[in-house]
Amino acid sequence: MNPTGTPSAPVSLDLDPFAPEALQDPLPMQAALRDAGPVVHLERYDVYALARYEHVHTALTDWQSLQSGAGVGLANFRYEEPWRPPSLLLEADPPLHDAPRAVLSGILGPRSLRRLRETWSANAEELVDQVTAEPSFDAVTALAQAFPLRVFPDAVGLGRDGRENLLPYGDHAFNAFGPPNDLVAKGALRVAELSAWVNAQCARDKLTPGGFGARIWDAADAGDITHAQAPLIVRSLLTAGVDTTVHALAAMIYAFAAHPAQWERLRGDPGLARIAFDEAVRWESPVQTFFRTATGDLSIAGSLVPDGKKVLMFLGAANRDPRRWTAPDAFDLARDPSAHVGFGMGIHQCVGQHVARLEAEALVTALARRVRRIGLAGEPVRHLNNTLRAWSSMPVRIELA
Amino acid sequence: MATETSATARGADSASAVELRVASKSPAADGVVALTLARADGGRLPDWAPGAHIDLVLPNGMTRQYSLCGDRWDARAYRIGVLREPDGRGGSAFVHDELDAGDVVAVGGPRNNFRLAPAERYLFIAGGIGITPLLPMIVQADMLGVEWRLLYGGRTRSSMAFLDELAVHGDRVTIVPQDEGGVLDVAAWLPEDLDGAKVYCCGPKGLLDAVEAHCAGLPAGTLRTERFLAADTGPRTGDHAFDVELRRSGRTVTVGPDRSLLQALGEAGLHVLSSCRQGVCGTCETTVLDGVPDHRDSLLDDAERAAGDCMFVCVSRSVGPRLVLDL
Ligand code: FES
Repeated sequence: MNPTGTPSAPVSLDLDPFAPEALQDPLPMQAALRDAGPVVHLERYDVYALARYEHVHTALTDWQSLQSGAGVGLANFRYEEPWRPPSLLLEADPPLHDAPRAVLSGILGPRSLRRLRETWSANAEELVDQVTAEPSFDAVTALAQAFPLRVFPDAVGLGRDGRENLLPYGDHAFNAFGPPNDLVAKGALRVAELSAWVNAQCARDKLTPGGFGARIWDAADAGDITHAQAPLIVRSLLTAGVDTTVHALAAMIYAFAAHPAQWERLRGDPGLARIAFDEAVRWESPVQTFFRTATGDLSIAGSLVPDGKKVLMFLGAANRDPRRWTAPDAFDLARDPSAHVGFGMGIHQCVGQHVARLEAEALVTALARRVRRIGLAGEPVRHLNNTLRAWSSMPVRIELA
Repeated sequence: MATETSATARGADSASAVELRVASKSPAADGVVALTLARADGGRLPDWAPGAHIDLVLPNGMTRQYSLCGDRWDARAYRIGVLREPDGRGGSAFVHDELDAGDVVAVGGPRNNFRLAPAERYLFIAGGIGITPLLPMIVQADMLGVEWRLLYGGRTRSSMAFLDELAVHGDRVTIVPQDEGGVLDVAAWLPEDLDGAKVYCCGPKGLLDAVEAHCAGLPAGTLRTERFLAADTGPRTGDHAFDVELRRSGRTVTVGPDRSLLQALGEAGLHVLSSCRQGVCGTCETTVLDGVPDHRDSLLDDAERAAGDCMFVCVSRSVGPRLVLDL
C-alpha cells in the first residue's frame, strides 16, 4: 500500500492472455500475473488485470466502481458499438439490471427447479446407459455436450429444429468478449445466420408453455419486465446456458478421469456430487475471464486504474490463488470449494448456476452408479476460446460396476 | 481523487456478517428518526434495490421490518426511517428511546417484495412513513429518465419525513398534510389514462384500500403496494446458541452466538456448499426436518418462510434451542 494514499501506476507487462499458447495452457501466465502484483497493466490492450482471489472477488462485488454496462468483454461500449444489442443481464448495471435479474433468478432458482430433478435424473440414467454400452467413447461429445443438449433446450421450451446452432452461437459470443483475433474471425463467418436463428427462437410463439422461456414472457404479462425485454432475456439463457455447462461437465469428467482416487471417493459417498461439480468449476474455471470498466479513477490495492479503463478479472487465476486456497492445483473432494469465483460473485453472479448444478448432479450420479473406473484413453484435445476453458475431445475408457 | 475499492473478500465469512452498528441516529420529522447502519469494520453490506426492506432484530429481542431509504451506490451504509408507533408493542419505542449510535443490532435480508418494475411513467403515492421505500425509487426513476409524480400525505407538515429531500423536485411532488388539505384525494390526483404507467403505493391500510379500489380493473401489475405492518412478522431472534441435529450423519453440532451455522458445520468437518454467504445466491439451501428456522436470507418469500422446511445456513439461525437438518 502506498503510505501517502495517492495511488501509483501498477506494474506493466507485455503478455497476451488471448494468444493461442496462453489459451491452450493459461496456468503459467496466471501464476505470473498473480505474482507480479495485485494489479498488472497489460500494455498490448491497455487494460488492468486482476488475478489474485482477494482483488477479483472485490472487483466482482463492487458494481458501483466497476460497471458491466460498458461491456464485459474487451470492447468498451463507451466508445464502440457492440456486435449485438447488449445483454440486459450481463451487460447492464443497476437500475436497468434489476428487473431482468429478479425475474430470471426467480425462474432459475433452486425451488422452481425442483420439478425438473426427477426428469433430469431419468434422462441422465438413460444417456449413461446408452453411452456406457461401449467400453470407450469421447466424453465431450457423448456426455458433456449430449446431456445439456438433451435436457436444457427442453427446459427452456425450444423447438426441435436447429438446436445444433446453440453451441456455435455460444462459442462465438464468448469469443467476442476477447480481442478481435482469429477465433472471432472464424466465428464471424456464421454469426449472421446463427444470430438470426437464436433471435427467432426468443419469440413467444416459438416457446412451449411452462418452460423457462415462456415464463419469462409470463413475467412480461405480469408487468415485471417489458414485452420488449422478454426476448432479450430469453436470448441470455440461450447464449450463456449451454456452452458454459458443457465445459463445466467436461471439466468434471476430466478431473475424475485424471484422479482415480477421487472417483473412488465419490462412488463411496455419492452425496459428494455437489461438491465435486463446484470443485471442478473452481479447478478448471470454464469461464476464465470477464471485464469490467472503471466508473471513476480507482485505487485497487494502491494502484491507480484510470476512469473508463477496462479491468480484466481472471476468475481462473483467482480460483487457483495459493493466497486463498491450500494446494490449489489439486482436484480434491475433501476441500470445501465454496466461494470460488467460477460463477462470478455479487449482483452478476451466474443466474443459471443452480441449473448447471442440477444437470451436473444428475449426470455424475448416474455415471457413478454405473461406472466403476473411468480413465483417459488418449490425449484430450483443448478447444480454444477467448473466454472459455474447454475441451473439444476427451477419449475415455470405462469399466462398468 | 480516486475511490479506494477496498478488499472485503473474506468479509462475508465473518461471523458478524448480519450484525450491524448504528452509525448515526437523527430526527427526520416529529416522531420519526433516521438510522444509518454499517458494519463495524466498515465493509460492504449486501446489495439491495429500491423497495427492499431489512429485518431489524433489536437487542430487546423484537423484530421489525424497515424499508431501505438510503443510497444503494453507497455500499457501506443502510438508512431506514423509523416512526414511533404509539400503539405499537414497543419495537419502535425501543428504537426511539433506547437505541443509540454505537449499539449493535442483528439484521436479516434485505428482501424485496416491492420491486420497481419498468414502466413508461411512475405514479408514487405515500402515506406517512410509507414514503421511505419510495425515496430510492424516485432517485432511480430520475436516473432512467422516466417521468414520475408523487402524492405524499401525512398528519401534519412537521410529522412528514424527508420533505427536505423531496423539495428539489418542485411540482412533481404534491404534499398534502391532513390538517391543511384533508385526506389524500387519490381519485382526483391519479390521471384518467394510466396506460403504460405503474402506481406504487405505500402507507396505512386506509390509503392502500382507497388506491386499490380506484385501480381495480387495471391491467395486472399496474398497481404495486406494500403494507406497513407494525406487528411482529414472524419469529426472529438475537444471536443465541443452539444445537443442530444432523439427521443423516447422526451428529449434533452446537452453534455458538459468534458463529454462523455454516461456519459451525464447516468446523465440525461437514462442508455445506456455499457461495455468496449473504443469503442471496441460494447455494447453501438446506432441508429443515424439525425446529423453527430464524430466516435472515433475501430469498424466501413470506409463505416459504412460514413453511419452514428449508433454510439458508450461511445467514439464518434457529428460533428455538434445537434444529434438525437433513444433512
Ligand atoms: S451461500 Fe448464498 S445463500 Fe447461502
